[in-house]
Amino acid sequence: MMKKWGYPLSAVVLGSSLLLSACGSAETAKEEKKPEAAQPDKPAATETTANTAAVDLQAPIDAYRKWVIEQTDQLVKATESFTAAVKAGDMEKAKSEYAPARAYFERIEPIAESLGDFDPWIDAREGDVPDNEWRGYHKLEKALWETKSVADQGPVADQLLQDVKQLRVKVESVEIDVKMLVTGAVELLNEVSTSKVTGEEERYSHTDLYDFAANVEGAHEIFKVLKPALDAKDEALSKEIETRFAELDAALAPYRKGNGYVLYTELKEDQVKKLSQSLDALAEPLSKMGTIIGG
Amino acid sequence: MENKHPASDNTKLTRREALKLAGVGGLGLILGATGMKSLLPSASTSEKAAATPVLADGIIPFYGKHQAGIITPMQDFICMGAFDLTTTSLDDVRKLFQSWTAAAARLTAGQTVDEESGSPHLPPADTGESAGLNPMRLTITFGLGSSFFDGRFGLAGKRPAALVDLPRFNSDEIRKEWSDGDIVVQVCANDPQVAFHALRNLARIARGKAVLHWVQEGFQRTGAADPSGSTPRNLMGFKDGTNNPQVSDPAVANEIVWVQPSDEPAWMAGGSYMVMRRIRMRIEVWDRSALDDQENTFGRHRDSGAPLGKTNEFDDLELDRKDANGNPVIPANSHVALAHMDGKVKILRRGYSYSSGLDARTGQLDAGLLFICFNRDPRKQFIPMQQKLASVDLLNEYITHVGSGLYACLPGASEGGYIGDTLF
Ligand code: HEM
Repeated sequence: MMKKWGYPLSAVVLGSSLLLSACGSAETAKEEKKPEAAQPDKPAATETTANTAAVDLQAPIDAYRKWVIEQTDQLVKATESFTAAVKAGDMEKAKSEYAPARAYFERIEPIAESLGDFDPWIDAREGDVPDNEWRGYHKLEKALWETKSVADQGPVADQLLQDVKQLRVKVESVEIDVKMLVTGAVELLNEVSTSKVTGEEERYSHTDLYDFAANVEGAHEIFKVLKPALDAKDEALSKEIETRFAELDAALAPYRKGNGYVLYTELKEDQVKKLSQSLDALAEPLSKMGTIIGG
Repeated sequence: MENKHPASDNTKLTRREALKLAGVGGLGLILGATGMKSLLPSASTSEKAAATPVLADGIIPFYGKHQAGIITPMQDFICMGAFDLTTTSLDDVRKLFQSWTAAAARLTAGQTVDEESGSPHLPPADTGESAGLNPMRLTITFGLGSSFFDGRFGLAGKRPAALVDLPRFNSDEIRKEWSDGDIVVQVCANDPQVAFHALRNLARIARGKAVLHWVQEGFQRTGAADPSGSTPRNLMGFKDGTNNPQVSDPAVANEIVWVQPSDEPAWMAGGSYMVMRRIRMRIEVWDRSALDDQENTFGRHRDSGAPLGKTNEFDDLELDRKDANGNPVIPANSHVALAHMDGKVKILRRGYSYSSGLDARTGQLDAGLLFICFNRDPRKQFIPMQQKLASVDLLNEYITHVGSGLYACLPGASEGGYIGDTLF
C-alpha cells in the first residue's frame, strides 16, 4: 500500500501513523506525527517544493521503499533461521548466522530508528537500556560468545523474531521523504565511525566489519536512488561521492573472507585508522547531498 | 651580528614600529584588545609587513612575498598538523592548495572559511566555533615534507637538495606517529580556539585528498599575562628566545631564514626550511635538580636570563671568560655554549611549549618543547648544530627528541595566485 505523499519534502515526518496497529500497546506514540498534521517545521521548507519540480524525487523514494521492504523480508527470514538455531541449542549454527542476519538490519537502520523503539529492541547493546529491558541481537550475542550458553535464551529469541516481524509490517507504510534519505545516509556512516570502526558494536563476537559494510551498503543504496537528482543539481559532487564509495569499498576489500569479513580483533591499529579515514573521506561529500532539496 | 632583542617577542615594539603605529592610531591603542582591525592595513604596508603587526587581535596579511608565520613575531598559541596525501593525482594536490589558499586568506582575515549557503538542509560551510571572534593574529604556514617528492606526483626531480632526510642524531627516540608527513600546516594565533578552528577547517577541506598524520598543539604565556612582553619562559623555567637573530632586519632574515634566488631550486626562492622536533622534557627529573645544575645546563641564570656571571639578559655571552680556577664561566658543554656555534651558524627558533597530558605508562607528564626553527639551508644550519648538541649538550640528560620533521615552506603567494604555484 504505497501512498504518494504531497507534503513538503523537507517536513521531516518520522514514525508512521498508518501502520497496522497489531502491537499498538507496546508502541510509543510520542515521536509520531500524523501526516495530516505534519507541518513544515521550518519556513524555508515551503519554498523547497517548488525548486525540486524539475527533478523527480518521488521515484527515488519509491525505489528506496521497495528496497527497504526487500531487506526487511530478508531480515525476517534470516532471523527466523538464527533464532531457530538458538532455540535448538545449536551454538555453532547460531554463531555463523548471527552477523549475516544482522546485516539486513544494519542496512536499514535509519528507517528502523524512525519507527519508534525498534532500534533499541533489536539492536541495543548491554548498558544502552536498563538491564531488565535489554533484549535483541546483542543479548543473544553475549549468550553465544560470552556466557556460552543459550539454554535459557528461548524467550529472548522468540521476542527478537516477533520484533523483527513487527518491523516488517511497519516498514510497509513508513513515511519516507528526501530529507530523511539524505540524513539517513549520513547517519549510517556516522554509525560506522562512532561504534563500528571502534569495535564497540560487537563486543563479544567481534563481527563489527559485517555491520560496517552493511551500514555503508545502506548509505550506498540511498545514494544510488538519489543519484539522478544529484547529477542534475551538482554533477561534480555526485562524481566525488561515487569515487569515495569505490575507494571505501577497496579499503574494505582486503578484509573480506568467504562470504563475510575477518574479525575486528584481527585488524591492526593502522588498518583501523585507514578504514576510519576512508569513511570520513566519503561522509564529508555525502553530507552535502542535501543540496538537492532546493536552497 | 649579536642580537639583543628577541624576535619571538610578541608585544615588544621596535622603536620604528611604535612610531609608525603612533602615526596611524596612537600608541595608547596598541595594547587595546579591540578596535584595531581598521588600523592594520595602513600599519602593515611596510617592507617589514610580517614583523609589523603587534596587536592582540589584529590581522596579519596572508598574501605576500613570504608566507606569514615565519619571521612574524610569535603568537601565543600554535596548532600544527601534518597531512599525508591519499590522492595520487597532482591535479588534486593543486586543487587542494588552491582551496587551502583561499580558505587561509579568509580565515586569517577573520572571516568564515567560505560563504555560507544558508540552506537548512546542508551542513554549514564553516564549523562555526570562531564566529564573532577577532582574527587574533592568525597565521597559516604551509610546508612540504620529503615524502611529498617520492614520485607519486611526478615531482621527484623537483625535490630540493636541502630537503634531506634528517640524519639520526645521538639518543633520538623518534616515533613515526609524531613525525614527518607529506604536508605540514603551522597555525599560530593569539587564541587557541581560533587556531584550532583553522586547522580543523583545513582538514575538513582536505577530506578525500589528505588525512592528518599528526597534530600537536602548543602554547606560551599569553600577551595578557605579560604585558611588558619580556622573553617567554619554557617549561624548564628559563627564558627562551633571548639570543634569537633579529629577523625584523631584512638583511638578517635573508641571510638566515629565506631561501635566496641564487639558491636552488628556483621555486623555493622566498621560502624557508622548517625543522620540527617534538622534544619531551623529563620534567620530574629536572624539577629535582639543583639550581646551579640547572643554570650550568643552559649556561644562563634562571631569574634574569643573563649569561652566567653577568647580570642582564641581553649581555654578550663572552664564552671565553674564565673563573678563578681557569675554568670557563659558561661550561663548554652547556646548551648556549654549544648552540652558539662560535657565532657562525644561526637559526630562527619559533617553538612553543606543549603539554599532552599524562604518559599513561609511567604516570609522568608528557610535556616539553615543540621545537620549531626556520633556516635557509638545514644542511648548513640546523643539522650541524643539532649534531653538536646531541653529542655533548648537558641538556640531553633532561630531554628526549621523540618527533621530527623537515619541511620546505613554500614562498608566499600573491593575490590571485596560490601557495605552491611556483612548484605545481
Ligand atoms: C627542550 C629542548 C630545548 C630547550 C629547553 C632549549 C632552551 C634554550 C634556552 C633556555 C636558551 C637560552 C636563551 C636563548 O638564547 O634563547 C637556548 C638557546 C639556544 N638554543 Fe635551545 N633549547 C632546546 C633545544 C634546542 C635545539 C634542538 C636547538 C637547535 C638544534 C637549539 C638551539 C638554540 C640556539 C641556537 C640558542 C642560542 C644560542 C646563542 O646564544 O647563540 N635549542 N635554548
